[in-house]
Amino acid sequence: MYKMQLLVCSGTGCRASASATIVEKLNESLKAHQLTEEAQVVTTGCFGFCEKGPIVKVIPDNTFYTQVKPEDAEEIVTEHILKGRKVSRLLYEDPENKEHIIDSKHMGFYQKQMRIALRNCGVIDPENIDEYIVRDGYSALAQVVTDLTPEQAIDMVKQSGLRGRGGAGFPTGLKWEITSKFSSDQKYVVCNADEGDPGAFMDRSILEGDPNSIIEAMAICGYCIGATKGLVYIRAEYPLAIKRLEIAIGQAREYGLLGNNIFGSKFSFDMELRYGAGAFVCGEETALIASMEGKRGEPRVKPPFPAESGYMHKPTNVNNVETFANVPVIFLKGPEWYSAIGTEKSKGTKVFALAGKINNVGLIEVPMGITLREIIYEIGGGIKNGKNFKAVQTGGPSGGCLTEAHLDTPIDFDSLVAAGSMMGSGGMIVMDEDDCMVSIAKFYLEFIVEESCGKCTPCRIGNKRMLEILEKITQGKGSMEDLDHLRNLAYVIKDTSLCGLGQSSPNPVLSTLENFYDEYVAHVKDKRCFAKQCKAMAKYTINPDVCTGCTICARNCPVDAITGEKREPHFIHQEICTHCGVCYQKCKFNAINVE
Amino acid sequence: MTKIKSLDDLRQKKQQLEQGMDIREKSDHPENLVQIKVAMATCGIASGARTVMNTLVEKMKKEKIAAVVTQTGCMGYCYAEPTVEVTKPGMDPVVFSYVDVKKAEEIVDKYILNNELLDGILPKNYQTI
Repeated sequence: MYKMQLLVCSGTGCRASASATIVEKLNESLKAHQLTEEAQVVTTGCFGFCEKGPIVKVIPDNTFYTQVKPEDAEEIVTEHILKGRKVSRLLYEDPENKEHIIDSKHMGFYQKQMRIALRNCGVIDPENIDEYIVRDGYSALAQVVTDLTPEQAIDMVKQSGLRGRGGAGFPTGLKWEITSKFSSDQKYVVCNADEGDPGAFMDRSILEGDPNSIIEAMAICGYCIGATKGLVYIRAEYPLAIKRLEIAIGQAREYGLLGNNIFGSKFSFDMELRYGAGAFVCGEETALIASMEGKRGEPRVKPPFPAESGYMHKPTNVNNVETFANVPVIFLKGPEWYSAIGTEKSKGTKVFALAGKINNVGLIEVPMGITLREIIYEIGGGIKNGKNFKAVQTGGPSGGCLTEAHLDTPIDFDSLVAAGSMMGSGGMIVMDEDDCMVSIAKFYLEFIVEESCGKCTPCRIGNKRMLEILEKITQGKGSMEDLDHLRNLAYVIKDTSLCGLGQSSPNPVLSTLENFYDEYVAHVKDKRCFAKQCKAMAKYTINPDVCTGCTICARNCPVDAITGEKREPHFIHQEICTHCGVCYQKCKFNAINVE
Repeated sequence: MTKIKSLDDLRQKKQQLEQGMDIREKSDHPENLVQIKVAMATCGIASGARTVMNTLVEKMKKEKIAAVVTQTGCMGYCYAEPTVEVTKPGMDPVVFSYVDVKKAEEIVDKYILNNELLDGILPKNYQTI
């Protein structure tokens, strides 16, 4: 029996920082000190605290080591495991009072979180089905197939108030009910793991950290709607998630948890994977189904909805990864327990991928109804380098930017839409005073132009035109009419596109126009970018009082716009300068001013 | 691998596997469990703390008491090693001195199970912040 366990994160982020080598070194060191009987190394899924990875957590004392390097393994073993002394230099440091936090329970990052979909991430070994079983895995499935009728099970999901976590927030129980009503010789359960929002990685982390929960939930869904076949549509860019899912499916088959007559019932269910090529539009369910059938990933007109005619023209139920991850818990804890969490119309929790100018970049799960302020300042640890908060972008390329005025709005599906953004899949990108909102809108539009499938003219050409206008504005060549054009185009695209991608593609532009109109006007009228991001508008000058005449700027200027004698103040010739900003980056004395 | 054919099979499987995982479950709520800390600095280890700790882990398992047994650094009672601190839920910690295998078992039988105190209790002469 082990006295201690070392949980090492092996999500994609931490693995990229050599967590696999850390596991190796820890094992070597335990062996060298003859501790293999007493301590065990366990590889787990993502802890969410990606900012400070790789993470090694020691239990039972909940010691949370951050930014561990392979060469630290020996010290952790000799000091902590052998002598019981925590290695303080590796402990998490509170950003405010600079104190080392010895117990992860006291970290602000975890205190406000409530982990349902991520319940097993960072706790169990995702490549070992036994650990999932110990955490009550597959008992929800057993309960459903042996004790409940499909109608009863669907009712429980409806009562829980679970809504689809992929973006639109459609009630999951209702979706299952509709699919169950269509009769057919074959039906399908599809898991949408085509996560495409820039910066969002919750689906990947769930699949990497707890693949069995998705298998269990898909089987439950299959029982409810009368399907015997499950398909996971996953992008080929997620090799680790694919590998772990395949291992989990293999182990579930060996145990007879997938296959014929599950738990001795008449219900049979099996699953397969389908790989996507990483097209954003394939997150839309009809495009996803087309892609699975081997056709071009393009959406089609609804109705008929996939519930009636989906994959291979058979009734198909499509749910997102995070939605499925919530399902077993509803049966284990009961729908009342689940619906007690969250707000009136949005129940349960939501996983967000925190990114951008925030101290604790990572993956968090919070109850619906929490405020942006709590997320950004208490869990996220505030804005990097003590700068001022400017905006937070939610919902990816389909969402919008929220401002300081929205910081205290409780977050749920409906409040975000009311504020001009959306929940989306849960990307949350925080921006500070140095971010130019016009450039941000441009960034998302570039993504949309790249990812538009081209089926509908308004989306294919309209977004391209919008991007051109934004480029004009950021180069200081925009006019006030351009702003009107932008708005008109945006509404036309919204009204006339077929699928969700097109309909929501102008959101980043519309919400920044709404919330940061002054910034657009400054770009157009005064030819100024407050955030100094639009280089074409920047005027670079040298402050002669500070300049030491080191010549580094003149030597690096690609167009020879800077002249001056050694040890004498230099000068930038504005008529030659191309505003590239190299001199500003190279100057070691802060002598270059940007206006 | 044997197949899991019924809910009972699943429950049995779960019970068989639980031991390997239970320290992870327990570490979530240590305040509700008996917490035992064995001082294991150099002096503690030299006086046999490692065997004491192993005995405690085994004994608690045998008696089926939900407990978290951890090692800790030097508590400062170097003259009285090995030392063991026991905190029962809702009670003040008690530090036992000169703990050998026999005494470790006594601690479990007498103090943890029956609240009887033993000889050799060290006064708790420190405050933690």
